[in-house]
Amino acid sequence: MSEARKNYVRPLDIRHGRIDMAHGAGGRAMAQLIEELFAKYLGNEYLAQGDDGALLPAAGDGRLVMATDSHVVSPLFFPGGDIGCLSVHGTINDVAVMGAKPLYLSAGFILEEGFKLSDLALIVQSMASAAREAGVPIVTGDTKVVERGKGDGVFITTTGIGVVAPGRELSGRYARPGDSILVSGTLGDHGMAIMAARESLGFESPIVSDTAALHGLIEAMRLSGADIHVLRDPTRGGLATTLNEIARQSGVGMMLQEEDLPVKPAVNAACEFLGLDPLYVANEGKLVAICAEQDAGKLLAAMRAHPLGAEAAIVGRVHEDAHHFVQMTTAFGGKRIVDWLSGEQLPRIC
Amino acid sequence: MKYIDEFRDGEVAKGLAEAIRREADPGRTYHFMEFCGGHTHAISRYGVSDLLPANVKMIHGPGCPVCVLPIGRIDQAIRLALEQRVTLCTYGDCLRVPASDGLSLMKAKARGGDIHMVYSSADAVTLAQKNPDKQVVFFAIGFETTTPPTAVAIKQAAALGLKNFSVLCCHVLTPSAISSILESPDVRDGGTVRLDGFIGPAHVSTIIGSRPYEFVAEEYRMPVVIAGFEPLDVMQAIKMLIRQVNEGRAEVENEFSRAVDRNGNQKAQQLVADVFEVREHFEWRGLGVLPCSALRIRSQFAEFDAEKRFSLDYQSVPDHTACECGAILRGVKRPQDCKIFGTVCTPENPIGSCMVSSEGACAAHYSYGRYKDV
Repeated sequence: MSEARKNYVRPLDIRHGRIDMAHGAGGRAMAQLIEELFAKYLGNEYLAQGDDGALLPAAGDGRLVMATDSHVVSPLFFPGGDIGCLSVHGTINDVAVMGAKPLYLSAGFILEEGFKLSDLALIVQSMASAAREAGVPIVTGDTKVVERGKGDGVFITTTGIGVVAPGRELSGRYARPGDSILVSGTLGDHGMAIMAARESLGFESPIVSDTAALHGLIEAMRLSGADIHVLRDPTRGGLATTLNEIARQSGVGMMLQEEDLPVKPAVNAACEFLGLDPLYVANEGKLVAICAEQDAGKLLAAMRAHPLGAEAAIVGRVHEDAHHFVQMTTAFGGKRIVDWLSGEQLPRIC
Repeated sequence: MKYIDEFRDGEVAKGLAEAIRREADPGRTYHFMEFCGGHTHAISRYGVSDLLPANVKMIHGPGCPVCVLPIGRIDQAIRLALEQRVTLCTYGDCLRVPASDGLSLMKAKARGGDIHMVYSSADAVTLAQKNPDKQVVFFAIGFETTTPPTAVAIKQAAALGLKNFSVLCCHVLTPSAISSILESPDVRDGGTVRLDGFIGPAHVSTIIGSRPYEFVAEEYRMPVVIAGFEPLDVMQAIKMLIRQVNEGRAEVENEFSRAVDRNGNQKAQQLVADVFEVREHFEWRGLGVLPCSALRIRSQFAEFDAEKRFSLDYQSVPDHTACECGAILRGVKRPQDCKIFGTVCTPENPIGSCMVSSEGACAAHYSYGRYKDV
């Protein structure tokens, strides 16, 4: 490594810079935007937690968890789901991975002039059934319309709140050297389903999005009694970026075993074809769990016993590393870094 | 999975690593250049160098299409998008290559340029058909692999009578880059770069065959082994190169016989010859201006030549002064030898072109191998 200005990162150029697509891709560019602009001006002790949701004080026992997520996926309807159920699942998951029981959702709609009411009806019905199945009602909302050409059909922002019992809180800051890293199932299904659905690519595939609400699976995992330290849903930027975020938050390194990573053959083939790496492709119904090593077997069994965790696997281990590198032993027998997503892999994936 | 996992099998790799260890003479070192970025990427992504003995060193070559694209060419594309307001289409990696004034095509897009990433030249033709009121320019880059599809796009546009489609042609030729390296003072007698052989291109060779590399073996006495882009291909090629060196041979051997023969894809070669001719000179990033090293569109297809349609002139722009991409592309320096590697220059804010594409030596080392530097 060069000696000049070690660990130097070029700051955002606020005067001349502009937002480009990489700022929304979930990778390092987005992390930098959040850190140097949003956190800088809006920062407070809750935002500083740096998780997918905020842990807040509440009257009485326990804490509140609040999370929000905007959805701009294109196309609006894709194999396995649509923007409606995605916007419900995404926010429920962000609340649930904080260790909380999701209670209520809000939904804000930005609609474009000319958008078909029949499509909007399908989306709202899909939201309704997703919320009903999850047992988390949408209790407030907002509707705005922008002129034709100023939006892309519909954008949906959902906010969720939940409660967590004292001592049951989870955070990306709690990974410890020696911990085991588990994933709840196959990687990259959502991203590749969207990719295949984009008309410009013109290839057909049997891949279906994995969009799902994970609070039931998480409840089953908690009931196993395993000492879970971190949960996180690896959405944009994929497993690779999520693990890098956790490694940085917890100040640790990680080592993955490539041959233990579950990837569907069709996803693997589509990634090969497009030159993508499944480790960086978005998931919408999967989670990463980091737990005490001695509980990994127990946790894995609990995950596999649940329909949303049937293909769960132990994929790696946390270790001490001052550089917070996530590394991987390749199936080929070599070693490499598994870095943050850089640039933009698939725009508007969720 | 069929045709993927077979070429990445860890057990076979172990066996090959052992065979390489037996083959390599511990009394000497071996320096091989993998010409192609595809090989550079495979070596880094699968950790191939971890399986090689310490006296077998790999040097990254210049065969990464976006790495050798000079700033002046990206500037031309940006000017087309921002000043002439054309719809500009190009392959994904091209979007982030740094150009003049802190711009890149991605940043030009954020400034309002109508810039599209396409997966094939045919998508650009379709875009032109669907938008008859827009001028669509395909920014065509790459070595011999991507050239035939551009030829097809131009022929298609001609057959369709499209008046709003043109190509900014920056296709370059592999053999000229190899001879430029072999002729460079760094590599010739007394130079600082020791080279004992080349791993020859995979996809390029499916088009041009193995014949165009024969001069390397004959005139420069340098072994060449053409290899596929899978990690086992690379290991097998290294073993074959070591054997050539040990036996004092300099030949063109073909490890990638499942896809490459001596003559290549003659139908594709004919298509290219129909549409393109060799330019007298072309500037490469890192290698400078090389004679007969790139293609331009023949005069009978002049109406599809964006350089002519938009009267573009070419201005050479020097690289950032601290950037070592030039030396890295010539094999003289390694990414970690560059002062700004991993500090000022990262994949998010690339200063040099080698930090952009995953096939670039700097991006590959940063993304996969930098743990070795600390």
